[in-house]
Amino acid sequence: MSSAFPLMANSGAAASSTAKVTAQNPAMSASGANTLRMKVTKLDFFYGKHHALHNVSLEVATNKVTALIGPSGCGKSTLLRTLNRMHETLRHTRLEGEITLDGVNILTLDVTKLRRLVGMVFQKPNPFPKSIYDNVAYGLRINGHAGRLDDAVEKSLRRAALWDEVKDKLQKSAYALSGGQQQRLCIARALAVDPEVLLLDEPCSALDPVNTAKIEELLFELKPTCTLVIVTHNMQQAARVSDSTAFMLNGDLIEFSPTGHMFTTPSDPRTEAYITGRFG
Amino acid sequence: MERHFERDLEELKERLLWMGSLAERAVHQAVHSVLDADEKLAQTVLREENAINELQIEIDDRVVQLLALQQLMAADLRFVLAIARINNDLERIGDQAVNIAHSATRIVRHPRVKPYVDLPRMGELAEKMMRDSLDSLVRRDIELARSVLARDDQVDQLRDQIFRELLSYMMGDSSVVFPAFELILVAKNLERVADHATNVAEDVIYMVAGSDVRHPAVDRNTA
Repeated sequence: MSSAFPLMANSGAAASSTAKVTAQNPAMSASGANTLRMKVTKLDFFYGKHHALHNVSLEVATNKVTALIGPSGCGKSTLLRTLNRMHETLRHTRLEGEITLDGVNILTLDVTKLRRLVGMVFQKPNPFPKSIYDNVAYGLRINGHAGRLDDAVEKSLRRAALWDEVKDKLQKSAYALSGGQQQRLCIARALAVDPEVLLLDEPCSALDPVNTAKIEELLFELKPTCTLVIVTHNMQQAARVSDSTAFMLNGDLIEFSPTGHMFTTPSDPRTEAYITGRFG
Repeated sequence: MERHFERDLEELKERLLWMGSLAERAVHQAVHSVLDADEKLAQTVLREENAINELQIEIDDRVVQLLALQQLMAADLRFVLAIARINNDLERIGDQAVNIAHSATRIVRHPRVKPYVDLPRMGELAEKMMRDSLDSLVRRDIELARSVLARDDQVDQLRDQIFRELLSYMMGDSSVVFPAFELILVAKNLERVADHATNVAEDVIYMVAGSDVRHPAVDRNTA
């Protein structure tokens, strides 16, 4: 401020208004007027006789990060896995209710196609026992990728912020990478087939703070081109990276709000108790 | 690696500096509305106060969001805490400008008590302290911030001098009591502007160096 009255652009209004959302079903939308990528309606889920999710409804906004938080066993990973029907890999599970992707019931889609559209990254990095290159190229090959494979592999590695670190050793084993790099490789692998939605199940729980920060920054980079849903034990991580946060408890969706609202003025006393560390 | 919230921190600073420039302009115009007996200018200050108040609320909201969502540490934490305090000081400076503008609207109804000598000096000093304190924030310049602290006594002395002088006028001529009293209030308001600028400078030192220079007499080990 060298002049007395510098002309400074009035660069935007105050923090955007927050939609107060309560825990009542049906479908809770935390993000206001965003278009919806996925919608969960009155979802009940059972592991055998165990009723794991109770009448859960929520909406996943396009090109936003939606975080699912809650204490262990609350059903957040179960809910995540239903979004690309990963639960079908387990026996004696049953799902009632509806989940749509771009308005289409995912149960009517071919499951392979669904999982191409809704990719997943797991808690522990799980690269294939192949080269870095082949890890990314794998999904492209089985999907009959038409263009130049090299270009597609590079594009995915760049999107996963890994290209600069691996471009000179693409033929080395993926196992030679650090844990953080392996996790970004798994993200690159998932991105290779251009999913509309990427599900992340505690993607940083096995990583140190520096690699965690890299993954978190990566989520911001991916947001313009991909819708993200993340399950995390780490509330601070949910606060840092997400646009909307869902708090779950004992299989119930307690509150689904814009993240700024959830972490400053939660609507439900159970949410307040959890995020202030009074239980969980 | 640039962290995502660094953009939020930068925006926060920009909004605060914008607020600072509005507060600085308000003080400048308020002082001149007194010196030039310009009631229109005083009305401008009163009209524009709300923009400063709105910015205070916006900046507060941004601070709350950052504190709640980003788990800031060390320099980032000190930065946001300093911004929160400076935000309050700038809003109070806006209030002082409004007080001065109100005085101006009353003073213009009376003949001038005396030629203004110390009041313009005091206004210039207070304004310069404000500008330098905000410059020290932009440049993270501790020395400039310390120079602001050192100037506070000069403003206090001018206030005392103006008070003594106007008191003698009032004792000599009861017809000037009302405008002279208003001028004493103006001097008091300007002295408060300088105090707030001093607070801003202290917050800049805390932000940059992590040292709390607010109350040197307080023993930090026992406080």
